Amino acid sequence: MSSQERTWKTIESGPHTYEEALHPVVRKNYGKWKYHEIPKPGVLKHVAESGDAIWTVRAGTPRQDTVDKVRLLCDIADKYSDGFLRFTVRNNVEFLTPNGENVEPMIAELESLGFPVGGTGMCVSAVSHTQGWLHCDIPATDASGVVKSMMDTVYNEFKDMQMPNKVRLSTSCCSINCGGQADIAVVVKHTRPPRINHDHLVKTCELPKAVARCPVAAIRPTVVDGKKSLMVDEAKCICCGACFGACPAMEINHPEHSKFAVWVGGKNSNARSKPSTMSLVAHNLPNNPPRWPEVTEVIGRILTAYKAGGRPWERIGEWINRIGWKRFFEETGLEFDDNMIDSYRHARTTFNQSAHIRF
Amino acid sequence: MDGANDSAVKGSCQCGGGCASAGNGKFLNETPMLDQLESGPWPSFVSGFKELAERTKKPMLRGVLDQLEYSYQTKMGYWKGGLVTVDGYGAGIITRYSMIKDKYPEAAEFHTMRIQPAPGLHYNTAMLRELCDTWEKYGSGIITLHGQTGDIMLQGIEQDKVQECFDELNQNGWDLGGAGAGMRTGVSCIGQGRCENACYDNLKLHLDALKHFSPQVHRPEWNYKLKFKFSGCPNDCTNAIMRSDLAVIGTWRDAIDIDHDEVKAWIAERGVDALVNNVINHCPTKAIMLKDGDIDISTRDCVRCMHCINAMSKALSPGKERGIALLMGGKNTLKVGVNMGSLIVPFMKMESDEDREAFLELIEEIIDWWDDAGLDHERIGETIERVGLKQFLDGVGIEYDINQISRPRDNPYFKAKY
Ligand code: HEM
Ligand code: SF4
Ligand code: SF4
Ligand code: SF4
Ligand code: SF4
Repeated sequence: MSSQERTWKTIESGPHTYEEALHPVVRKNYGKWKYHEIPKPGVLKHVAESGDAIWTVRAGTPRQDTVDKVRLLCDIADKYSDGFLRFTVRNNVEFLTPNGENVEPMIAELESLGFPVGGTGMCVSAVSHTQGWLHCDIPATDASGVVKSMMDTVYNEFKDMQMPNKVRLSTSCCSINCGGQADIAVVVKHTRPPRINHDHLVKTCELPKAVARCPVAAIRPTVVDGKKSLMVDEAKCICCGACFGACPAMEINHPEHSKFAVWVGGKNSNARSKPSTMSLVAHNLPNNPPRWPEVTEVIGRILTAYKAGGRPWERIGEWINRIGWKRFFEETGLEFDDNMIDSYRHARTTFNQSAHIRF
Repeated sequence: MDGANDSAVKGSCQCGGGCASAGNGKFLNETPMLDQLESGPWPSFVSGFKELAERTKKPMLRGVLDQLEYSYQTKMGYWKGGLVTVDGYGAGIITRYSMIKDKYPEAAEFHTMRIQPAPGLHYNTAMLRELCDTWEKYGSGIITLHGQTGDIMLQGIEQDKVQECFDELNQNGWDLGGAGAGMRTGVSCIGQGRCENACYDNLKLHLDALKHFSPQVHRPEWNYKLKFKFSGCPNDCTNAIMRSDLAVIGTWRDAIDIDHDEVKAWIAERGVDALVNNVINHCPTKAIMLKDGDIDISTRDCVRCMHCINAMSKALSPGKERGIALLMGGKNTLKVGVNMGSLIVPFMKMESDEDREAFLELIEEIIDWWDDAGLDHERIGETIERVGLKQFLDGVGIEYDINQISRPRDNPYFKAKY
């Protein structure tokens, strides 16, 4: 298809407008909601000051959708929620209807089409999800496949509300961690410094940019075969992969040596404790497609221990704060090792600056 | 799509492995590893892709599945970037060329178009179907709903179809999101659309802010990326504090609104033990007292964390004097380590158009400062870490406020003006 003469002049409209996409009952009661209930897993009931009520049915999706799947969701919305639907930031789809009688048939139809209904309240919700081999240019693993495998194993926890509090999961296919901070996060950890392809490097990379990208100043200019290139001081390198983003000739991904690590205790909400960042509790897990069983096994252990020991409303990090890291490792059967003692900037803030001791 | 079948014939499998002899009358080659992702109860993206490929016979879909299978076998990724844009824009298309196009020529190009959805990710089916039709016409038909930065990601298009595809989308009211060193697409929670906790109209502020910065979304010109996220209350359902440079979080200034009859009804239903263990003991500042079978909240002690309101949704609500808190500098690991946003402005009213204009003026000031003080590839949180919060506040003209710190300095070395 050759590009023809353009007849359309671009309108820089920014985001799509939302008013036409709001259900009329939402528009009418906008900003005037009074309270909500969760009548059953996957269903919310919001009541407005006017007395109007709206039911929400929430379902999981693969996130990597297709036009066919989206049209299926539109069929559901046309049939049961007056042609309106929305998505949550965790990739769930929601149908809002003022008609409570639509709830059960909608659930039945969604489930029959393979969209699990759940993701509300004290549950394990869908995974905050990165790109991986399907689309990113710097991943050491896939994202959609890891997520599919994880969600298969926590399927019942998605559909039920038996956890002490919400559990947020995330995945990331390199240490940049687009997946973000979560109660349990699966993040790739490279375990070897980059391998440099000097032929490519001189042709494709801006040397100062690659040097500047390194957080520990491990990259130095050098000369190889009479041409300017770069070298890595392997003793300094922390295997973060940042240089690979700037210079793909510094290959950090490795089929065996890029491993998985599991982090816990991240929390964004301000509820109760302040937001918190995550801590490393398992690493050196193999990158084992297509099902990554070693990773889902670790997640299973953490969830089982938290479900048994967490008190109502305690997020995973808050539960650990109460019982302490020593008991966290005992109860999950995971092993604390010396790599879990921070050695990067501000590390001392993670040391025990007290005589609080647990035996 | 016209011509799809022709190129399907010429583009049969080149991988040299067992897949060349698919020979089962199916359009797709064998993908034994990916097939294992079709079992299990969670919906499978692999099944979705395969169904779409068998229906549309788009060669690109076969190529992408083949390349993904090859990644699963070799445990390596095979995409590299490049530069593709539409007329007048410098961002919004994420370019993907295959490094192994000799093996899988059908997936040689697989670019993504980032499209900005409505704030709060609301759709009606007419607009969503229209989007699907255009995307099926020009692209692969694969859609990510949604990326972490909030875009609809239309994944899989060739360079020579990008402009026409965009023109058609643009005529239907859609626009590209950001990429590179500029303003990025924003994210909002559902806010006042459905949530009783929302303390400001975050959908409106999101729309106004992203429209205001549209030129900087489309033509990146700053040190690095800048992201907004808009959460209606401190529950922060959009993860704004961690995942945006500008976290706009709703809050209130006066007392929590208590419906005492509903408090009593709550206690009657669940008991005093539940009130003490699940509400009062969880208050981070011990602001709640049990008093004659009812609760009393000391507003001066409350830090507006939301816990008691979450636990007693019918009985408690945010106060009446509502607005936003602005936190700044959240970002993930690269390269100084994880940083959460820190509080810059504890409270701004956000009710009128004037309030929203004042907000945008403040953001303009902040960006001007960052333009001057920041280094290339430095997020604004990193700039502040390097030069200091005080320098930032002075530079932008924001007043000092004790809420900006968790405690005063513990380091005695400073030079004071006397
Ligand atoms: C070539 C390099 C990179 C690629 C291809 C890439 C790709 C992506 C993509 C596709 C997304 C989701 C986008 C969307 O939803 O619109 C994303 C989000 C994100 N990226 Fe990257 N990224 C790259 C580099 C980086 C770097 C260098 C950083 C860190 C400084 C980073 C941090 C993040 C974070 C934190 C998010 C999620 C942010 C949020 O939720 O707002 N990425 N990335
Ligand atoms: S986590 Fe890394 S590899 Fe994965 S999408 Fe983000 S930048 Fe790409
Ligand atoms: S991997 Fe990270 S630490 Fe090692 S050289 Fe590259 S940027 Fe530096
Ligand atoms: S952030 Fe607050 S206002 Fe927004 S959806 Fe979550 S609870 Fe509601
Ligand atoms: S909002 Fe939080 S700090 Fe305030 S009274 Fe309730 S639980 Fe306590």
